Formats: sequence, structure tokens, C-alpha cells
Amino acid sequence: MIGKHRHLTGLEPLTREEILSVLELATSMKEVLRRPLKKVPTLRGKAVVNLFFEASTRTRTSFETAAKILSADAINWTSSSSSVTKGETLVDTALNIEAMHPDILVIRHPAGGAPELVAQHVSCAVVSAGDGAHEHPTQGLLDLYTLSEHFCAAGGAPAGAAPDFGVLAGKTIAIVGDVSHSRVARSDLHGLTKLGAKVRVCGPPTMIPQGIEAMGAEVHHQLRPAVEGADAVVMLRIQHERIGDPLIPGTREYSKFWGLNERKAAEWLTPSCAILHPGPINRGVELAPEVADGARSVILDQVENGVAVRMAVLYLLAGGAHEAAEGGARA
Amino acid sequence: MTDTVFIEGGRVIDPASGVDGVRTVVVRDGKVAEVAERLERPRDVRAVDARGRWVTPGFLDLHVHLREPGQEYKETVATGARAAAAGGFTAVCAMPNTVPPNDNTSVTELILARARAAGLARVYPVGCISKGMKGEELAEYGELQAAGCVALSDDGRPVASSALMRRALEYARAFDLPLTVHEEDLALVGKGVMHEGPAATRLGLKGIPAASEEVMVARDLALLELTGGRLHIAHLSTAGSVRAVREAKRRGLSVTAEVTPHHLALTDEDVARSRYATAFKMAPPLRSAADRAAVREALADGTIDCIATDHAPHSPVEKDLEFDAAANGVVGLETAFPVGLALVREGVLSERRLVEALTAGPARAFRLPGGSLARGAPADLAVLDPAREWRCEPALFHSKSKNSPWMGATLVGRCTLTLVGGRIVHELAEGGR
Ligand SMILES: [Zn+2]
Ligand SMILES: [Zn+2]
Repeated sequence: MIGKHRHLTGLEPLTREEILSVLELATSMKEVLRRPLKKVPTLRGKAVVNLFFEASTRTRTSFETAAKILSADAINWTSSSSSVTKGETLVDTALNIEAMHPDILVIRHPAGGAPELVAQHVSCAVVSAGDGAHEHPTQGLLDLYTLSEHFCAAGGAPAGAAPDFGVLAGKTIAIVGDVSHSRVARSDLHGLTKLGAKVRVCGPPTMIPQGIEAMGAEVHHQLRPAVEGADAVVMLRIQHERIGDPLIPGTREYSKFWGLNERKAAEWLTPSCAILHPGPINRGVELAPEVADGARSVILDQVENGVAVRMAVLYLLAGGAHEAAEGGARA
Repeated sequence: MTDTVFIEGGRVIDPASGVDGVRTVVVRDGKVAEVAERLERPRDVRAVDARGRWVTPGFLDLHVHLREPGQEYKETVATGARAAAAGGFTAVCAMPNTVPPNDNTSVTELILARARAAGLARVYPVGCISKGMKGEELAEYGELQAAGCVALSDDGRPVASSALMRRALEYARAFDLPLTVHEEDLALVGKGVMHEGPAATRLGLKGIPAASEEVMVARDLALLELTGGRLHIAHLSTAGSVRAVREAKRRGLSVTAEVTPHHLALTDEDVARSRYATAFKMAPPLRSAADRAAVREALADGTIDCIATDHAPHSPVEKDLEFDAAANGVVGLETAFPVGLALVREGVLSERRLVEALTAGPARAFRLPGGSLARGAPADLAVLDPAREWRCEPALFHSKSKNSPWMGATLVGRCTLTLVGGRIVHELAEGGR
């Protein structure tokens, strides 16, 4: 359980306290992850099924790693969403998996709301690993974690100290790119605003969805005012298939106006501004390679924190609270 | 002796003949024989105690999908007519997007034969605008009308070609048939699945802009001005469409419009509240609160002529899916009255206007018989209990399909008795469910 929730389908339903409880647990999980012997028996005997209707090696591997460190059995079930055209519906698939008695079902699906539909039909816990353009809650959590860590370090906290998540209050985060198709942007927005940060979204008007202001975002169409003075910038992946949509005329013009290169970063960003990216990066489109690999980039921290956050989520939803001490993680 | 029924003590609301008050309605030989304040009842006739009830003309629905032929697992003419009778509807117009579509007289005749066999509600078939609903060639309007079609539509899809739409309006004039149009610019709709706005943005669902309807309404009004003829806008849903129709009516164009109970009652925020429940997915989608306010006002002031349910039965096969993949449409015949009555309680509509929008309004729009309790009219009428509370449950539905956004809700107002041609086609047991 995360607070009163049996499932994690998004950050929108979570309260600030519920989000904080996951992040705080992730701190202990990160410590486990960094041990030389990274295996604790916390979720021994539990089964986690990764049900991916959309290819995402990164996210799937991250969940799989998280499950294995906690000694859960991780089973990967890859299914193409075209199985729907073969007559098997998502509900059919869910019921088939249900029959195998998993404890947690991690689901990635191209349709918004798919994890919620599955949650209505199965008795195990459901974690969204990204649904359409709706939410990618664990990515949102890992971004909150990474940002907090970065701001604490920038504020002089000793390296390796547990981050204080209160540090996000009052910070300004810019999210740049195809916000309309981005589940990451939505989860970041819910999480950041709940923890008191200010969020700017930026992109060509074709990539900014109607009414995003109602989610607490300040909308920009030009990059410079969006990133100037920001404490961090989240650069979103520009999917090549959007070019035919057509949301932008081409990647060349996009990178010129909305991409971040070394010169813009040097001139427009504050010295301590961090750069995040959910990956995989289109180098040279949204981010120049020098920026992606530069000193401001916390992209690899995101990957590491992703495992810790997912360990925390699996742990909470598998209901292993009383086994906490044994596993070396505190609840 | 003849079959005579005295419906006594009910509040007769018949906007067509200007009656609103406690009256006795006498039905004899299938017709309305008398509507009067005080009448002596002979001993040997059937009496219906309608005290505390409304007695209205039977409702007319210009827009239902009965799914027969071709998709009888969702609904048949008989089950649809049964649902109509249970909802107080004595006449329904059956949209032609069956399989095969009603673009030829054999389909029309089949629907009429099934309706006759069921004997529950009057079913008026609507023929196709284009052959096979492909939007390429005109269907045979004269033949369709001769077989019994009362209007033309490619409902379910728009007529994409402006040129074909022009010819359809022109050609239909020869037969004085109205065209009832589903207004949607499919290029603007794209892969959209709900109204474009903050709710869609939050849910991460692709949006359908209000303009996708409005550009087509504007186009068809321009074509109507060019050609003459009769245009009926099906399930009008946006403030912009309302403005266009209001202005066209002011200029004297022969345009009428309908709005569904769900567009009057719900908004895109209800999709978000329902957490992707596909019983909230339809075309046009549930719109914004501002659009809803506009269609409510337009129904109240007569810019929108009538309420039509767009009763669209779907089975769990089409609905128990991801929101993106689920079929559009909800059933509506059995919930239209309580949903309308809620608007009366909210002060949106007067009682008289609600009844008019379900009776005389649709009858006038398609020039159909019925919609009035004038002496000599066929005795198509409904007895309604405006205070009856009931829980909308699957088991209570007569429709084969249960895809209603009100499933599980407690509704107020229920039809207790329906007569078609003087015959009782629906009767709710006293205290019955
Ligand atoms: Zn339609
Ligand atoms: Zn329809």
C-alpha cells in the first residue's frame, strides 16, 4: 500500500505525504542498491510480472533489477498491442496473468488508462510503467528524487547524505519538448507541484496540450525565457514519428529553436541548473551530446535512482512492511 | 364493446395543444377520444389511476440505433422497441448504420417487419444519404421513402465530400426528406477519443476539438443556403454549433437540431471522474462545461428543437477495453426522462419545455405524426411518475446492452405506463423495479 492506495497508476491520486513516503523509502533502497552484495530477501517468494505492450528495455530492466535485488521473482511478459487485433483483449490478458497469482503486475501500455482498466480486473497490485500520454509515475518519482539530491548537493549537503525532499519547495523546473505526448511531463507536473515546485512547460504550440495551465504549469513557447532562471530543465525526447503527425516541420528546426546546445546552456542557464532527460536521448535533436554528457547532466543519476524508487514501490505494494527490518530497508 | 381506457387524475402536459393540468384522458379505438377536466366513467371500462403522475404524449426519439440487421447481439428491433416503451417512447427513428446499411428497400422492409412483429413502438427507418454510407454516390431516396423511410442520414460518420452533401440536399428536396447529419471533420478528430481540453490533457487522452464539429455545421449551413431543403443537426454538442444554428434560424434557413441527454447532463470532467470508464465515450464526445451551458440554454430557448437519445447499444466486447480502443456510444432510451427531469430540478428547463422537447419538438422537426394528445390523435402516450426513485441497474434494462453512464446511479423519474395506439406496451408494476 502507498498510503491508502493498492495500486500505483499515477502521481495524480497521491498526496504529498504519500509521495514523500515512497521517496524516503527509496533512500534506504538506494543504500541497498549500492552495497557490494546487492540482494536482500525482503520480497522472497513474491512474483512480479512485467507486462509490456510497448517496447522499453530501459524501464523493464529497471523494474526487473529492482525486483531481483529484493529477491522477488521477475517474469517478463511481452505482448504487442496488436494482440488486440488477434482478438485477445487487454482484459483477457490480465485475467490470464491473474491465473498465475502474481503479487505485482507492472504494466506498460500505449493507451492512457490501461493500468486502471487492468486494476479493475485483477486482485494483485498494479504499477503503471507508463500508459499512453497519461502518466509514468515511477519516472516522476525518480525525477523528484534526482532533483532533490541535486539541490541538496548544490546547497552544500555532504555527498551521499539522504536527500531532504523539502528542498523542492519554491524551485523552478522547466519541462521542454513534446509535452502533449509525454507521460513523463504529466507525472513530473503532478509530483513537482505537490512538493511545492514551480513548473514551466515549453515547446512549440503544437506540442503543448490545451489546458495544461490547469495542472499548474506556466506555458512558454520560446526556450530562453523558459529556461532562464530555472533550477533544473527536463528535456523530453522528441519522437521521430511526431514529425509526420505533423507537430513540427523537422528535427533541424526543432533543435535550432527548442534544443539545448552548449552555447545556449552556457548563456541562459544558471550555473547550478541541472539537466534531466527520461532517455533514450536523440543526441543532436533535443540535447547536444556535449550537454547530455556535460557537468550539468544528472541523466545517469536518474537511471540509478530509478532502480531505488522502483524497489520502494514494489516493496510497498507487495505489502512487505513487517519484513522491513529483515531486509535491511526501513519503512 | 370497444377497448376504452380512462386515465384519471394525472397532470396532463401536452405542449402541442397547450394543456397543462389535471385531466382525464379517454382512449377509445386506439385514439384519444377526450381530454377533459371532469368526466363520468362508465362502469365497464378500464381505469388507470394517474394521480401524482404526468400524462404526456408518447415520446419521439429521432435518433436511435437498433443494430438490426447485422449486430443483433447488441440490440434487435424488438429489444430496442421494448427499451423505448419502457422509457416512455412510443416512436423511434432507426439510424441506417446497420450491417448492411439501410440504403435499400429490403433493409427498410426488414426493419418495419420486425417492428410490426414486436408491436411495441412505432419504428421509423432512416435511410442512408449515400450508398453503403461510403460518401460517394447518392442512395435511392425516392425508393427509400416509398418503403417507409422518413429521413436520410449516414450517421456514425460525416458526409466528407462537400460536393456530395450539396447534391444530397438538392436531391432530397424532390421528396421533402430531411437530412440528419453527424457533424465531424475526421481530419480534425484524428485519433482523438474525448473532448480536447484540460480533462483530456490530464488523462493523457487525445483530444477532439470543438471545431471539428463546428466547421462541418458551418459548411452544411452554407450548403443549405445554396440548395434549400431540410437539414437536421444530429447530437449538436458545442457552443459554436449553437451560435451557428441560432444565426441560421434567424435568417430563416430550414434547419433543426437535437441534443442528447448525456450532452445536456455531463461534461468532459465526468470522463476524468469516471477514470476512463468507456460508458462515457461517445461521438461527439462529452464537451466542456461552457458547451454544456450553451446547449442547455439553446434547448430552453428553442434553438435546439428536441432531445434525442442517440441510443447506441454496445456489448462488453466493444466496451470493456482501453478507452482508446472502445467503441463510441451509450444507450439512452430508458434514462432519458429522469435525466431530463434532473434539468427541470436544476432550473434549466421548464416541465413544459422538457415534455415539448421529447414530444412535439421532434414530431415537428421530422414532420412525424404523434407528439400530441389532441382529440382524434393516435393514443400514443406515456404515464410518468416524476417522483419515483430507482437505481439504474443492468437487470432493469430492457435494452440488450447496458453501456450507460448512469449505470449504478440513483435516478428520479420513471415511466410507469406506455400506450401505443391505445394498446398498453409497457406497464411498471406498482412499487415494481
Ligand atoms: Zn452520430
Ligand atoms: Zn447516432
